[in-house]
Amino acid sequence: MKRSVIDIVDLSAQELEELVATAEDIIANPDKYAHACDRKKLATLFFEPSTRTRMSFEAAMYELGGHVISVSSAMSSSAAKGESVADTAKTVSCYADIIAMRHPKEGAAYVAATNASVPVINAGDGGHCHPTQTLADLLTIWREKRRFDGLTIGLCGDLKFGRTVHSLINAMSRYPGNRFVLISPEELKVPSYVKRDVLKQHNVPYVQTTDLESAMPELDILYMTRVQRERFFNEEDYLRLKDSYILTPDKLKNAKQDLAILHPLPRVNEISVAIDDDPRACYFKQVLNGKFMRMALILKLLKEAGTL
Amino acid sequence: MNIDAIQNGVVIDHITAGKGMKLYQLLKLDETDLSVAIIRNVTSQKMGKKDIIKIDADIPVNLDVIAYVDPGATVNIIRQGTLVEKRAIEMPLTLRDVIFCKNPRCISSTEQELPHIFRLTDPEEKVYRCIYCETKASL
Repeated sequence: MKRSVIDIVDLSAQELEELVATAEDIIANPDKYAHACDRKKLATLFFEPSTRTRMSFEAAMYELGGHVISVSSAMSSSAAKGESVADTAKTVSCYADIIAMRHPKEGAAYVAATNASVPVINAGDGGHCHPTQTLADLLTIWREKRRFDGLTIGLCGDLKFGRTVHSLINAMSRYPGNRFVLISPEELKVPSYVKRDVLKQHNVPYVQTTDLESAMPELDILYMTRVQRERFFNEEDYLRLKDSYILTPDKLKNAKQDLAILHPLPRVNEISVAIDDDPRACYFKQVLNGKFMRMALILKLLKEAGTL
Repeated sequence: MNIDAIQNGVVIDHITAGKGMKLYQLLKLDETDLSVAIIRNVTSQKMGKKDIIKIDADIPVNLDVIAYVDPGATVNIIRQGTLVEKRAIEMPLTLRDVIFCKNPRCISSTEQELPHIFRLTDPEEKVYRCIYCETKASL
């Protein structure tokens, strides 16, 4: 049966663990999967700029032996002629076995999924959801910590518009013993509905602070985020907030030796390049892990759709 | 203040004071040529003050709209000057094309053909969210 993934909560905790297990198997036995998607086509519809996510999906499909057809900007597609997302989804379903879509409007992936006859994977819909980034985050946490529970997770930067932050909170709140330290300027705090509907509903302890350094010693994971210019209506607000947190080697003095530093990338200046060689820096591993999780997800959805 | 009793029609009573006009608009009564009375800030033993809408015609009213705007309101059907029916109001699980998403980043703000659908996500707090972007509905 056709199924799409719009939000990380579309996948149960058990399914997330199965995807992690599949990704681990892909890493250990890549040849086993080299022809898993022979003659199948992935359509990548990217109506918003992206380097990592689009290339990651495309690399994932190639490594599964499949093909990729793509639209790389709204201006080079029928969207420029005024075609609706619904019609685009119906049309592309005629060509592809599965669709990965990024769109600047929130809810666009849901509209595509309800109109497409093939599975749709949300590759980011504005500031709303970006579930495959969360899959990358989860595999990274798993490979670094070998557990999803009992962790103190620091989230730092733009916690208001950062879609990956909300998804990660959602995913990690399902596991016992986790605790969140939410580090942000006042204006970019986690929205109240995330605190109420996710953290409080699951009785997950959390603290909010503006001080990264004082929070550092207790963290098992530090998830840095970029303040995203494209989410602001007001340039002045962006300029005022963009340099709120810059992680430098000095700020890691009191951090745990096994801290895992994650970042969904791209970074601007919020993590100093001097940290890249620190063994605790996991953000480029995260990029690689994203590809493996996208491979696992493509396989899962194509199997469920009866295409494989 | 005297408003004539209606012979055949609908009385929406026990509307929270101040919500009568919004309800009038969302029920699209302003688009009809019916005789409609909006009575605001009526003294009420139970509520202190309340609004009432009287429609001088036995027309179907959208109970989902009333339940969304003011679940405490009551709907009375009047025929030949007598109350013949009190309609039960329950919060609907979804609202379709009743209210519009106010999030400028929502796909429904640009795709004109999309229905505006909100889902009841928290019955206790009476929260509806846009099915596309999950923004909380507001009047």
